[in-house]
Amino acid sequence: MSKAIIRLENIKRNFQVGDETVHALRGVSFSIYEGEFVSIMGSSGSGKSTMLNLLGCLDTPTEGEYYLDNVAVSSMNKNERSTLRNRKIGFVFQSYNLLAKTTAVENVELPLQYNPDYTGKERREKAIKALDAVGLSDRLYHKSNQMSGGQMQRVAIARALVNDPVLILADEATGNLDTRTAYEIMVLFQELHAKGRTIIFVTHNPELAAFTNRNIVLRDGKVIKDSANDHIESAKKMLDALPKQED
Amino acid sequence: MNIGNLIKISLRALNNNKMRAFLTMLGIIIGVASVITMLAVGQGSKKSIQSQISQMGSNMIMIQPGTGMMGGVRQSSSDMQSLKLEDYYAIRDKTSYIAAVSPSVSSGGQFIYGGNNYPASISGVTPEYLDIRKLEVDEGNVFSRQQVASAAKVCLVGQTIIKNLFPNGEEPVGKVIRFNKIPFTIIGTIKAKGYNTMGMDQDNIVLAPYTTIQKRVLAITYIQGIFASALSENVTEKAISEVSTILRTNHKLKASDQDDFNVRSQQELSSMLTSTTDILTILLACIAGISLLVGGIGIMNIMYVSVTERTREIGLRMSIGAKGRDILSQFLIEAILISFTGGIIGIILGGGASLLIKLVIHWPISVQPYSVFLSFLVCTITGVFFGWYPAKKASQLDPIEALRYE
Repeated sequence: MSKAIIRLENIKRNFQVGDETVHALRGVSFSIYEGEFVSIMGSSGSGKSTMLNLLGCLDTPTEGEYYLDNVAVSSMNKNERSTLRNRKIGFVFQSYNLLAKTTAVENVELPLQYNPDYTGKERREKAIKALDAVGLSDRLYHKSNQMSGGQMQRVAIARALVNDPVLILADEATGNLDTRTAYEIMVLFQELHAKGRTIIFVTHNPELAAFTNRNIVLRDGKVIKDSANDHIESAKKMLDALPKQED
Repeated sequence: MNIGNLIKISLRALNNNKMRAFLTMLGIIIGVASVITMLAVGQGSKKSIQSQISQMGSNMIMIQPGTGMMGGVRQSSSDMQSLKLEDYYAIRDKTSYIAAVSPSVSSGGQFIYGGNNYPASISGVTPEYLDIRKLEVDEGNVFSRQQVASAAKVCLVGQTIIKNLFPNGEEPVGKVIRFNKIPFTIIGTIKAKGYNTMGMDQDNIVLAPYTTIQKRVLAITYIQGIFASALSENVTEKAISEVSTILRTNHKLKASDQDDFNVRSQQELSSMLTSTTDILTILLACIAGISLLVGGIGIMNIMYVSVTERTREIGLRMSIGAKGRDILSQFLIEAILISFTGGIIGIILGGGASLLIKLVIHWPISVQPYSVFLSFLVCTITGVFFGWYPAKKASQLDPIEALRYE
């Protein structure tokens, strides 16, 4: 078996709301290995967002241990986790979160700006390469407000790729897109997966699970299903099957 | 993240909100410009008063006989005969802080030339008197040492005298005027000085050798006063004490005796007048400082708005690896940039306003380098001080909350 990127050991996360303790995660354990494309599904209230925050090192568990690339995260302080996120994780958000009035290439450079190992020239080169990988090499100097939703999400994916992360964490990455563009983005994710990237796709949409090679389903803070997907759908095929647009 | 990147990011953020950045800056601009202009006005008036005093001779020392008793009757100082020529010689020869010294005797009377006459007093002095009083010869010459020694009947006249005795614009040099029936040949004229701060006409002046006045006009052997000038304004105090010591020795005064003379300088007058303008300057600077403070509060307010508005951006930056201190410095630099740029514009504007005041209403203006430096410093401090709190708040945001912020 290949190397485990993520190892969760009996993760619990409680929140104090007033006098009540809310158990968002009630003991979750699983591992995700290098090169997997995993979907984490669950309806609202299932603990999905909490899981995402933990996996993204934005939050630490109340109990249990989380290893990201064999590094124990639970005991890290804020600054250490910031650096860890910067080096190991690429985030893709539902609402893109690009900087306003800023060019694509500058948006993509952003994570590298918080890494002193890169010079300005190296940053620019890596950003251009990442944008090339998501098929936006002709949009390098377009500003974020001059792009369509699909293009913005591609820029966001390029930004997630630019620091060569061990893990890409996508949060409802197609949630704001129309069907066609959503498929286009899924095609991109499948391509990245094919190139060996480890991707976790958090969604509430069961349809999207068909495109990933492993499905984890959460309910009430527990994993209720964790299975390999034997019939991976090709997003490319689905896209081609869509009726041609009239414009 | 390095400082160059931070400045770039801040500049872009300001550029995205040009109008807002400018309006925020305006508070600082007005503050700095008013500090500089107000200080320039205050210092300008102070300088103009100082220069007027120094035109009168700021390092001038006046020695007069003290008031004293004569047979139980208190005498006015001009009637005292305690100052002698020996005192003048002693001060001239024995002091080390005195640049020039001249005895002074004067007499009032009527000057007559042709059909014109004018009342004025004639002062008997040595040529050094002109240096001490900062007087300059316009036409002709100062009387010579020989003329002093021989008690020559020659004189120098001021512009007011010329105007009244020669109303038709005749050439005064070489003419003979009469003072109390004694003929004086005019050998030179004195350049106009106008009125001084106390409203005295400095051109109503006639100078003659002191020997002439002593022997031919007043028939006295004592002198009425001594004028001297210290080497510089700074040593005036030393010069005064030196003069006092010499005079006490000359007059054979015991340690318990009071001085029978008065030594005074222009410094008392000068310090009185400049303290008034100093208070004025402080008042003006206070008002200007308050406007700078208001500008600073404006920055703080806008930075708060900016932090709130960009909560998602902060969340994003944190999620991709920005540490608290990265966010802190980003917003801090933004605040400093606003105040710094405002400061530069304010300095230019303040300088311009000062120049305008000088050109349009002809007020004396003196832009102080220290006020420029000071307001620059205050600006930067304002930026840090008022930018710190909002920046700190931004850096302490929880990335999870910030990303979800609508």
